[in-house]
Amino acid sequence: MKLLEYQAKEVLAGLGIEIPAGRVARTPQEAEAACRELGPVAVKAQVPVGGRGKAGGIAVVETPEQAREAAERIIGMDIKGFKVPLVYCETALEIAREVYLGFTVDRDARANILMLSAKGGMDIEQVAEESPEAIARLFPNPWRGPLDFELTQLVFESGLGEHARALTAVIKKLYRAIPDFDALTAEINPLVITGEGRVIAGDAKLETDENADFRHRDLVEKYGAILETDELEAEAKRRKLTYVSLDGEIGIIGNGAGLCMGTLDLVARAGGKAANFCDIGGGARAEVVQNAMDVITMNPRVKGILINVFGGITRGDEVARGLVQARDNLQLKLPLVVRLSGTNQEEGREILKENGIEPGTSAWEAAQKIVEMTR
Amino acid sequence: MSILLNANTKVLVQGLTGREGSFHAQQMQALGTQVVGGVVPGRGGSEHEGIPVFDTVADAVRETGANASGIFVPAPYAADAILEAAAAGLTLIACITEGIPIQDMIRVKDFLRAYPDARLLGPNCPGLLTPGVGKIGIIPQRFSSPGPVGIVARSGTLTYETMGALTEAGMGQSTIVGIGGDPVNGMDFVDVIAMFEQDPETTHLAIIGEIGGSDEERAAEVLGRGTRLKAVAFISGRTAPEGKRMGHAGAIVSGNRGTAKSKEEAFRAAGVAVAETTDQIVELLTKA
Repeated sequence: MKLLEYQAKEVLAGLGIEIPAGRVARTPQEAEAACRELGPVAVKAQVPVGGRGKAGGIAVVETPEQAREAAERIIGMDIKGFKVPLVYCETALEIAREVYLGFTVDRDARANILMLSAKGGMDIEQVAEESPEAIARLFPNPWRGPLDFELTQLVFESGLGEHARALTAVIKKLYRAIPDFDALTAEINPLVITGEGRVIAGDAKLETDENADFRHRDLVEKYGAILETDELEAEAKRRKLTYVSLDGEIGIIGNGAGLCMGTLDLVARAGGKAANFCDIGGGARAEVVQNAMDVITMNPRVKGILINVFGGITRGDEVARGLVQARDNLQLKLPLVVRLSGTNQEEGREILKENGIEPGTSAWEAAQKIVEMTR
Repeated sequence: MSILLNANTKVLVQGLTGREGSFHAQQMQALGTQVVGGVVPGRGGSEHEGIPVFDTVADAVRETGANASGIFVPAPYAADAILEAAAAGLTLIACITEGIPIQDMIRVKDFLRAYPDARLLGPNCPGLLTPGVGKIGIIPQRFSSPGPVGIVARSGTLTYETMGALTEAGMGQSTIVGIGGDPVNGMDFVDVIAMFEQDPETTHLAIIGEIGGSDEERAAEVLGRGTRLKAVAFISGRTAPEGKRMGHAGAIVSGNRGTAKSKEEAFRAAGVAVAETTDQIVELLTKA
């Protein structure tokens, strides 16, 4: 789960990291009340993507009336395809210094990497490109976590030695997000150091591993629902489908992630655009296919469906019967092209033909056919 | 010849009595694989479909001389199953299980440094198959045939398709290796390609990659330094949008990193032919 800023900050606060005073507001009235309570605040759109400031999703306000107006404008606005569900009203900090602190999974090293930089408040990717030496790095042992001296080294290496005691304490707390919440990425940017030396999280990003959701049911229950901004993806998740919404008009079903991605690519090559990615897994059972077709046809943009299935262990004739059954149960009216290969492919194709479903022999042919039929 | 698997490979199935473990153990035996035991804590001393069951991998190794394992245990316990297999001295471990937490795998990778002889495939992979010799995992053998093409892939069904199309075109395979769709995994493209390079029976190489990470780029770099293999690469996910995980935990473009374009360009720069569709993989390999 990619948590929203206020959620990430709640988690960080739970780990003992100081955060600015703030209130979640779901309505303009709540924003007004928050400002009345906290004084001047920043009204910040809560979306799981960066660049909200540039998109007009942050307003600094002095009065409750201004807070209400800002929230009226920001709640519901669209930021990079995300509809803002709520705002976070937060008091401004007295900033002496801004630094960067974060960790992520370094895929090449197959390890977690902790990063600290004196260049805070800037895009870290840009810092990494322009002045890689400005980022101090540590690969903590994943069994025991970082040791005190390693963190001290990290802090001095980043040129922030004068704040060593406060910073090492914060880094240790942030690292707890890995063992405690299966976090994959955390970022505090900026991490603010105040005039009197307090260290406070100015912004926060946190992404946890969905494969580990079974260990963190409480977190999923508390934060999961509001993150589901795409209704079709949410519905697919309820039906245990691996589904990603895309912006085209051809519904796609495939078995296996690689095969399914390959199918999207072929549709694009044929001049069409996929409406979704939907991997129904190796088995391609009838019930799963029906669920997938059902979700795909909930999307009003979909003009046709392409199914690409390779029968490995599952036999093609079984898959074909399941497809026909699913189509009939759903009374599907949209154009449908099925590319079936693998075990018992001939028998499977015969069954499809008998039932008026166009069987493509190669995936490329099938992609061209569905693009033509939906033009 | 082939890589990783041979006539001396003695396989354990961890999670033998589960639905998947049970079914695929029989499939492995049908291909001639020596499945010498299953490991299911609490079921030691019993038999399952004629295969002896042990409580621990260490017991099974002592009794059977097993040196390899296929792991089918559920995701919450699978990382520990890998550790157990490595600690018991197994040298080839194929973890089929999908959905293992990434932090678990990061700890596994660190642990495996103490066991340099333990080769891990996966997790979230179909395992490996050598036509005429045997298999560990779930690759359907009926599409394979013995021959000169080595296949290494991050995706399962795409691999089956490719080997099926190759078989149909009269080109058999030496060994088919699935390295899995997770971001933190065991052997990578570079490791497997190095083994194919040493295998005299393998003359051709099909690399089936996908978006996410930079394993393909590193493989391209190695191949660019010189290879005797006639190699073709295919990358799935050319049209995948940035920031969305496409089914596999590892299949995600982050910013401008991990794109199909970057991977294809790396292969082209290294002199490796790039197939733009799966049909082209076979075309290019038969021409090479």
